[in-house]
Amino acid sequence: MDIQLKRGLLDVCVLAAIKDGESYGYKIIKDMAPYIKLSESTLYTILKRLEGAKMLTVRSAEHDGRLRKYYRITDAGLERIEEFRKEWNEIVSIYRFVTKEDGND
Amino acid sequence: MTKEKFLAILRKGLSPLPKKERDERLTFYSEMIDDRMEEGLSEEEAVAGIGNPEEIAKQIAGEIPSGEKVGRGRKFRAWEIVLLVLGSPLWIALLAAVFAVVLALLVVLWAVIVCFWAVFASLAACAFGGLAAGVVFSLVGSPIVGLAMFGAAMVCAGLAVFAFFGCNAATKGAAFLSKWTVLGIIRFFRRKGAA
Repeated sequence: MDIQLKRGLLDVCVLAAIKDGESYGYKIIKDMAPYIKLSESTLYTILKRLEGAKMLTVRSAEHDGRLRKYYRITDAGLERIEEFRKEWNEIVSIYRFVTKEDGND
Repeated sequence: MTKEKFLAILRKGLSPLPKKERDERLTFYSEMIDDRMEEGLSEEEAVAGIGNPEEIAKQIAGEIPSGEKVGRGRKFRAWEIVLLVLGSPLWIALLAAVFAVVLALLVVLWAVIVCFWAVFASLAACAFGGLAAGVVFSLVGSPIVGLAMFGAAMVCAGLAVFAFFGCNAATKGAAFLSKWTVLGIIRFFRRKGAA
């Protein structure tokens, strides 16, 4: 898949994975697994990028005698998901145009 | 593979990264392994689920734009340091000589520019002097000589105008060349400093 497109899609996927509440790295991967397989290093990069874009916040909390990082979505992150919903119609229409049969126009 | 071994290999593979970022990534992977083990996987299985640390390190290194990698390129090897130190009487002297030559060239360049302007100034002075002499000779001396003086003054004035444009262009050229040289030296050192 086109790397730019994929990157944008994965960003929204990760945001969606934390949309309903704080989550942590492994849980995000597990939650996404039935839909899309994500490697740890890819997730790390995405989380960093989303944090930089202030679409999520990170906090470290103790869990079972060790530290675990928890990610929480921000308003900007929720907005991004909404934006994606709107963009999707455009993407579908582009898809229709690209895959339309010759002579159908 | 144990978690410790996985992290050690990853740490080695990520050595080109700045320490802070490397540590952050290692913590991330450590957490991932712990979480897998918490789910009931054995250490071996948890580590295997993450993947091959060498390949992961390679992938990470490939992802990151080269600017983000640690600013310092490669480290000097021991024999290179020894050579640098032993050779210092030689290369420091050579470097100083190169500097002196560059500096001398710049000084010569600007001396030539000063000469150009001196020629312009003399021509302009001759023009004014000739004009004044022409007036004086026309009034009190021989009008023929006065006329010749006027003529000479005109020639000087014309040459001065030409000289002015020439000097101006030459000065601009010299300024550009000096700026370029100084910037080149600064850039050279900045790169060496970063290397």
